[in-house]
Amino acid sequence: TGRQAIDESLFDELEEALIGADVGVETALELMETLRRQVKERKVKDPAQLKPLLQELIQGILSAGESSLNRGGPPTVILVVGVNGVGKTTTIGKLAHYFKSRGERVILGAADTFRAAAIDQLEIWSRRVGVDVIKHKEGSDPAAVAYDALQAARARKMDMVIIDTAGRLHTKSNLMDELKKIRRVLGRELRGAPHEVLLVLDATTGQNAISQARLFGEATGVTGIVLTKLDGTAKGGVIIGISRMLKVPVKFIGIGEGVEDLRPFDPQEFVAALFEI
Amino acid sequence: MQETFRKLKSKGRLTEADVDEAMKEVRRALLAADVNFQVVKTFVARVKERAVGQDVLSSLTPAQQVIKIVRDELAGLMGGTQSKLNLAPKPPTVVMMVGLHGAGKTTTAAKLANLMRKQGRRPMLVAGDVYRPAAIKQLQVLGEQLGIPVFSMGDRHTPVDIARAAVEHAVKQGRDLVIIDTAGRLEINEEMMAELEALKAAVRPHEILLVVDAMTGQVAVNIAETFNKRLGLDGVVLTKLDGDTRGGAALSIKAVTSCPIKFVGVGEKLDALEPFHPDRMADRILGM
Ligand SMILES: Nc1nc2c(ncn2[C@@H]2O[C@H](COP(=O)(O)OP(=O)(O)OP(=O)(O)O)[C@@H](O)[C@H]2O)c(=O)[nH]1
Ligand SMILES: Nc1nc2c(ncn2[C@@H]2O[C@H](COP(=O)(O)OP(=O)(O)OP(=O)(O)O)[C@@H](O)[C@H]2O)c(=O)[nH]1
Ligand SMILES: [K+]
Ligand SMILES: [Mg+2]
Ligand SMILES: [Mg+2]
Repeated sequence: TGRQAIDESLFDELEEALIGADVGVETALELMETLRRQVKERKVKDPAQLKPLLQELIQGILSAGESSLNRGGPPTVILVVGVNGVGKTTTIGKLAHYFKSRGERVILGAADTFRAAAIDQLEIWSRRVGVDVIKHKEGSDPAAVAYDALQAARARKMDMVIIDTAGRLHTKSNLMDELKKIRRVLGRELRGAPHEVLLVLDATTGQNAISQARLFGEATGVTGIVLTKLDGTAKGGVIIGISRMLKVPVKFIGIGEGVEDLRPFDPQEFVAALFEI
Repeated sequence: MQETFRKLKSKGRLTEADVDEAMKEVRRALLAADVNFQVVKTFVARVKERAVGQDVLSSLTPAQQVIKIVRDELAGLMGGTQSKLNLAPKPPTVVMMVGLHGAGKTTTAAKLANLMRKQGRRPMLVAGDVYRPAAIKQLQVLGEQLGIPVFSMGDRHTPVDIARAAVEHAVKQGRDLVIIDTAGRLEINEEMMAELEALKAAVRPHEILLVVDAMTGQVAVNIAETFNKRLGLDGVVLTKLDGDTRGGAALSIKAVTSCPIKFVGVGEKLDALEPFHPDRMADRILGM
């Protein structure tokens, strides 16, 4: 803002903006260190250059992984995991719509057999989108549902099967074991399955998302992230640290509760929004 | 953080430089716990002001003294224990659950009904979320699990009409506690926030509870501030504290609303609701 020279207060402002966007203090400090180094190396004198340089830096981190969906099978098997209430079931509805409208044959598996009315919720979404859902009754074994969904997908020659799971906190090892079992069952039935394990992260979440990504990653081999609720005021900056440390790419973002409110992740757009107040 | 404090131990007294060094670590710890950066700034400045120039108590080392000041300030900010609902002088007491999507409103409504019944109340749950797929069914299933009645009019009426009818029904049925579930909404969604204001005007709740996910990051401040400004919150419930989050959102919310955090959610089961303990929360945020 009309500054003549690059001074410390300018770095401080940027650091604050990063922290305010949930980038986290560790990652923010490292980014600022790299930025300082680059300013020196490239002999940058113009204060107006600082922010674009930082944005470029972050974009580089976020663009590292493969952003398109892993395919396999057929059917491509997608397992959706995450902590409670982040938007898994809603994202599955949107994903089904996204791929169906691109001409793919999609079926869903209601493997959240635990949360009250989770199956009904997925069914409403399936009707909205016009795809089938394979379900058992509440309280049944989620791995058995996943197995049946995959069987149905093969029998009906589907291109894609997307499996919903119950929300669970990553620190609960018995519940994480349940996800491992679902994974095992799918892999035994179809080589390479699940081809994509999508971890849903809520953009409103702060630094705990790092722990979520780490532990879900260890238990289920997460291959991609969906960052939801970006239509709110939260920026979701924590995924920068996650991308840097865990090298898991963000594949989609959620921007609302509607069926169309899903977008492929665009690092450039994300970084621009990161600095908007 | 405790490492830095250990270094202080060897010295005879607290210098300003010592306090500065310690405060740098306090700042980092609070930010790592997701306390809002503005809140951290104010907090650190206040602690520093108190610490420098204060006599070190003879019973404490300088490090212990700094830790004591930080913890005292933090616990003070968090307020005392207050996990009682405002009860209506003339029943029924009307409680309204509000908050962002997926925060835990529906589950907490059921947990609260369960807790209050144990305290001798006759609760009724109200399905006021007419938007989210299967939200009504979710509340009905929870009500059934508890054996607590759920009032619903389907999803073709406005939440205001539903809530009005629900309160009337509760009076007839001799229910002395009405807990209204509402749909998740963004604090920046004008239309949806106006709906809550209309709901408040229609049923004049004795208690409006903001339900917040304990894992919430920097925006906890915006959320709490906006909901409080528009509705006048009576209390906050912090959910999902059964995980490993440090829960700095608690401090952010207290700092901007000075509204009491009344309960914490510590699991998905319907008995996993506990009173809020400020001192425990302060230690959790500091990672001690
Ligand atoms: N504003 C907004 N709301 C969203 C978005 N994605 C999901 N939601 C809402 O978030 C809430 C939780 O979504 P769900 O899909 O039920 O989340 P979940 O992860 O399946 O939840 P559990 O199964 O209970 O763990 C719902 O109210 C959704 O409508 C989004 O991108 N933006
Ligand atoms: N581990 C844990 N899970 C919780 C807690 N409270 C709620 N949940 C879970 O969080 C998820 C979301 O809870 P809901 O009660 O549906 O949240 P909501 O605010 O009503 O969601 P919307 O109506 O979609 O806005 C569900 O999976 C709940 O089981 C808690 O204290 N601990
Ligand atoms: K949430
Ligand atoms: Mg779900
Ligand atoms: Mg709800």
